[in-house]
Amino acid sequence: MKITREEVAHVAHLARLTFREEEMEKFTSQLNDILLYMEKLNSVDTTGVEPMTHATVLHNAFREDVVKPSLANEQSLANAPDPRGEFFRVPKVIE
Amino acid sequence: MELYSLTIHELQDKLRAGEVTAADILASVYQRIDQVEDKVHAYITLMKESAQAQAAAADAAIRNGDIKALTGIPIALKDIYCVQGFTTTCGSRILHNFVPPYDATVVEKLRAAGAIFTGKTNMDEFAMGSSTETSYFGVTCNPWDLTRIPGGSSGGSAAAVAADECIAALGSDTGGSIRQPAALCGVVGLKPTYGRVSRFGLVAFASSLDQIGPFTKDVEDCAILMNVIAGYDPRESTSVNLEVPDYRSFLSRGIKGLRIGIPKEYFIEGIDPEILASVQQAVAVLETAGAKCVDISLPHTEYCLAVYYIVAPAEASSNLARYDGVKYGFRSPEGRDLLDMYKQSRSTGFGDEVKRRIIIGTYVLSSGYYDAYYKKASQVRALIRRDFDEAFQECDIIVTPTSPTAAFRIGEKTDDPMQMYLSDIFTISANMAGIPGISIPCGFTGDGLPIGLQFLAGHFQEGTLIQAAAAYEKTAGMGALIARQKQAKINFS
Repeated sequence: MKITREEVAHVAHLARLTFREEEMEKFTSQLNDILLYMEKLNSVDTTGVEPMTHATVLHNAFREDVVKPSLANEQSLANAPDPRGEFFRVPKVIE
Repeated sequence: MELYSLTIHELQDKLRAGEVTAADILASVYQRIDQVEDKVHAYITLMKESAQAQAAAADAAIRNGDIKALTGIPIALKDIYCVQGFTTTCGSRILHNFVPPYDATVVEKLRAAGAIFTGKTNMDEFAMGSSTETSYFGVTCNPWDLTRIPGGSSGGSAAAVAADECIAALGSDTGGSIRQPAALCGVVGLKPTYGRVSRFGLVAFASSLDQIGPFTKDVEDCAILMNVIAGYDPRESTSVNLEVPDYRSFLSRGIKGLRIGIPKEYFIEGIDPEILASVQQAVAVLETAGAKCVDISLPHTEYCLAVYYIVAPAEASSNLARYDGVKYGFRSPEGRDLLDMYKQSRSTGFGDEVKRRIIIGTYVLSSGYYDAYYKKASQVRALIRRDFDEAFQECDIIVTPTSPTAAFRIGEKTDDPMQMYLSDIFTISANMAGIPGISIPCGFTGDGLPIGLQFLAGHFQEGTLIQAAAAYEKTAGMGALIARQKQAKINFS
C-alpha cells in the first residue's frame, strides 16, 4: 500500500474535503493505483537536473507601481452567497 | 449547402460579396442547434438573444464597409472563459451560478474582431477529464456516433464544430484537451505555445500547462482564429511579448524540404492498428508532398503521463483552494462553523474526478512527499523538454497519432481513472515542454469514426504547424473526404 485510509483522511482535511465511508474506500484504492504508476519515475536518473517549473524563459513580469481602476464594491459582492453591506458574511469562526 | 456547414473563410467571402447577412448566418446556425442540440448536448448555456444583437451590429458594420477578421461569424466558447454577464460554470456545480463581472482577454479580442457568440460549451469539470463525462451538466455525445464520447475536456466545443452548431469554437488544453477531442470529432484543433495566447479570464486548472486555442473545420480557419487570439497581454504575467506573424501567410507554403521527425516512442504497441495504419499512410502522403522524413527519438516519452499526473494535480490543488463558498459560487447551507462550511461546500460542489486530483495534488505537495513526487516530476519534466530541444535539431516538425484510439463508448472508462488518463498519452508531452501542437483529421476507422494526426513544433512555431497541416489537408484531399463522411454519418437518425 502506497497510501492508507488514515493518510487519505489527513490529506482530505488539509484540502478541506470530507468523504463518506464508501467513498473513502474507493478513493484510497484508486489513489494507490495512481501512486503505484508514478513509481516508474524512480527509474529515471535525475542527478544534477534542475527542476523545471515553467515552460518559457520568462522570470518576472514587473509593471510600474501605479493605481489602476478595479472592480467596484457592488460588482465584487454580486456573486457572494451571503453578502452583508460591504462584507462577505460567513458562519461563526469560534464557538 | 446550408450556411451552418460552411467555414469562416467561405462565410466571410459571402458576407463581403453581399450574398448573405450576419443575421442569415446566425439564423442558420440556430436552426441547426434547434435540430440537433438535444441529441449532442454540446452547450451548457446558449446566448441567442445577445448573439442576435451582435449579428445586427455586424450587419450595420458591414453596411458601413467595416468588415473585420471575424465579422458576423458565430463562434462557441468553452465554458471556462469569463464572459461578462453570462454564467461561467467550468462544468462544475461549485461555479453553477457564477456570473463574471468582466471578459477574458480572448473574449475581448474575438468581440473586437466582430465575432458573434453562440454560447458556452460543455466540458469536463474544471477541464479534468478526457471524455466530457465529468461535467456536472451531463455528458456531450460524439456527433459521429451518439453512443460515444467526444473526447475532452473541450468535448462540447469539438462536438459543436463537428455537428455544425457553430462555425468555430475555442477550447483550452492542459494535457490534450483541445487536440484529443479534435481528433475524436474529426475537426482541427491547435494548442499554441505556452505564453502565446493570454489566459486572463480563463479559469485556472494547472497554470504551468494551460493554453487556449481554436477548434475549426479546416486549417485556414485555424490560421484566421490564431491571428485574432495570439499576442501579448500585460494583464497575464506568463504571456510572452513576441511579434505575432500572419498565420495565413503559412497556408500555401507547401512542405517541400521540410524535415519531419517520426519519434519511435509514439508508434508503439497498444495503439489501435487502424489508427497506426492511418497515421503511417499520412506520413507517406507527406513524403509525396516533398517532406523529408527522419527517424528521431524522444527517450523520456514513457514518463510523460506520470509527470503530468503529479504536476497537474499539484497545481490544481493550489488553484482550486479558492473555491470555499465565501466570495462566489456554491455554498453549502450545512456548515456548522466556518471550517465545516468550507468542507461541506467543497465536498458537495466538486465532483469525484476533481476531488481525486485535489487529493493527489495535496498529497504530492505535502511535507515529506514533496521531494519524492513533485521535485522528481519537475526534474523529469526538464528531461522531457530537453528531448524536444534535441529532436528539433534534427527536424522541423514532429508527427504522431493524436490519440491511441478513436472515440470510445460513453461509460467505458469512467470507473478506471488510469485507463482514462492513458487517452492523453500522445498529447501531454507538448504541454510538459510548452511547445505548440495541432491535430487534424487524417482518415476514418472501419466504423466511420474520425482519426487525428498530430504535428508538434518548437516554441512559437505555430506557423510551421499550420504550414504542414495545410499542405497535408490539401494533398490528402481531406476536405472532400470529411464532407462525404459527414453526409453519410452525421445524420442524427
